[in-house]
Amino acid sequence: MRQRNSSKDLEMHVHGYMLLRRYYRQVGLLLISVLVIAIFMITSPQVFLSSRIYFTFMSTVPFVGIMALGLTLVLVSGEIDMSFPAVMAFSGYVFATIYELTGSAMLGFVGLLTTGATIGLCNGLLITKIGIPSIIVTLGMQFLIRGATHILAKGYQKVLRGIEGHILYTIFAGKVGGMIPAQAVWFVLLAILMWFLLFRHRFGNHVLFVGDNKSAAHMLGVNVDKTKILVFVLMGILAAFAGFLDSLRMRTWWPTMGEGYMMTTFATVFVGGTSMFGGEGTIFGTFVGAFLIGSLEAGIVAAGLTGFWTQFIYGIIILIAVALHTLIRKREGV
Amino acid sequence: MTVMGVVLHPNISLGWQWRIRKMEQRDKLVLMKDIYKYFGNVCALNGVNFEVHKNEIVGLIGDNGAGKSTLIKILTGVFPPSKGELYIRGKKIDLNRYSVREAHRLGIETVYQEQALGLKQALWRNVFLGREPIGPLGFINVRKAYAETEQLMRDFLGFTSKAVSPNSRVGILSGGERQGVAIARAVYFKADLIVLDEPTRALSVKEVKKVLQFIEQVKEAGKSCVYISHTISNIYSVSDRFVLMDRGHIVGEYNRHEVSESDLTDLLIHHSQKAVPHD
Repeated sequence: MRQRNSSKDLEMHVHGYMLLRRYYRQVGLLLISVLVIAIFMITSPQVFLSSRIYFTFMSTVPFVGIMALGLTLVLVSGEIDMSFPAVMAFSGYVFATIYELTGSAMLGFVGLLTTGATIGLCNGLLITKIGIPSIIVTLGMQFLIRGATHILAKGYQKVLRGIEGHILYTIFAGKVGGMIPAQAVWFVLLAILMWFLLFRHRFGNHVLFVGDNKSAAHMLGVNVDKTKILVFVLMGILAAFAGFLDSLRMRTWWPTMGEGYMMTTFATVFVGGTSMFGGEGTIFGTFVGAFLIGSLEAGIVAAGLTGFWTQFIYGIIILIAVALHTLIRKREGV
Repeated sequence: MTVMGVVLHPNISLGWQWRIRKMEQRDKLVLMKDIYKYFGNVCALNGVNFEVHKNEIVGLIGDNGAGKSTLIKILTGVFPPSKGELYIRGKKIDLNRYSVREAHRLGIETVYQEQALGLKQALWRNVFLGREPIGPLGFINVRKAYAETEQLMRDFLGFTSKAVSPNSRVGILSGGERQGVAIARAVYFKADLIVLDEPTRALSVKEVKKVLQFIEQVKEAGKSCVYISHTISNIYSVSDRFVLMDRGHIVGEYNRHEVSESDLTDLLIHHSQKAVPHD
């Protein structure tokens, strides 16, 4: 009897070890995140040992996190998007304006999503049909859209009067169970959806191959242009949605929304482990990376360092993380 | 005139002649008639007639610039000819509508020089790219794809090592093994005609042997193969027929038992030295 049990134990241990080997990168990222939080707990126990900071993270991290999910897909497809902070702001402007004029948050929401999708479509078309590299298209779009936002807003923010009463506010800015911020719930749901979309859906398979070997994908009947356009449309929708969540949370829209999110979003995706070269990516990595990067600034400031240290430490973390990921990939032989 | 061993009376009716021609065509898996292809002023194909029968391995041989790749690309739907007709299983193809997807549907698959594989992706993803088994919302039936890939690996590819699974990245395989994956992909999707573009280029001796084995398996499965090559030595043994091309013309057609390996090489050199290609 005893012998049988021990061999079953061994089997479970071996199985557990194999699982660990397969997912060691994800486990590694989790461990590093836990380590960083542990360091913060030591440097500023009054902040990081109380639950308040974590609930704050849950309502602030998702804005960058949701855009990082979209950016992950863009990078996997072999392209890049630099326009999403401006899309976030401009879509928010459309929402705020429609709400102001009609009082309908729903109409504003639809307008917001449509705006994001349309800008994404423009990006996609310029890249695939005209052939301009995505870095140039999206950089130009960033200036264009941000400029347009400032021109239209004339520097004023828009207060969303009465928005708390709307059902959309409850769904997208309320608290689940009175405690968990809705933004976090939506972030989790979207992360799960994106994982299935990328790794278990035909579209995701096409995205992977378009980024890995574009001509192979084409030769096997994949519509490369359509795939890329859809990726940018999705990015636009997610950026718009992030703008929606941010506006709702602050019950205000402001013209400089999204500025400062560019660096943190890229940092999130790269620290998470997605490659710059396309053809591979990790949704889980982006998800964990969002919280890691999202907590850095708070931890640094709470530790007593000035805000100047933030950029410096971001830089160190990004370089170390990307170096590690690159070395691991080299070792895996791809 | 002799048709299928029967001597025909010259006064035979047109209707009958048409019927007999139809029967002949059906016997042929592929018939390309009078194919011309111009790229601007350059004539890549100059009145080429090419056919492939059922369960036949045909070698399309010729030096660079002979037009072999161009002919094959027309056959597999990559682009249409400037002039000419294409019949697949006796049925005339509308060349305005023909495409790679259509060619796949008709059972013609190509294994490219570059293998058309995503090296960073799992084996099962590579096998099913463009033809993923999906449910109603487009989500892939991964279990099915995984199981079928596993079977393909054991049966056709002969992968026995535990180190390679359907989840393994294709990048870890050797050149010959990758070639095998590309061929297995074509076989799995029930291609009747597998077109191989320079299948043994840049492969080691051992790997060349493997690819030849794969081609033999294709023959055993009752399918046909057309391969392009400008070296004969590797593929002489598995071929049934050789078609020699030179500068847009077909300059010779030989069954394997009619000609030796060295004869073929001599013929190739002989033709390439002539100023203008002719039979």
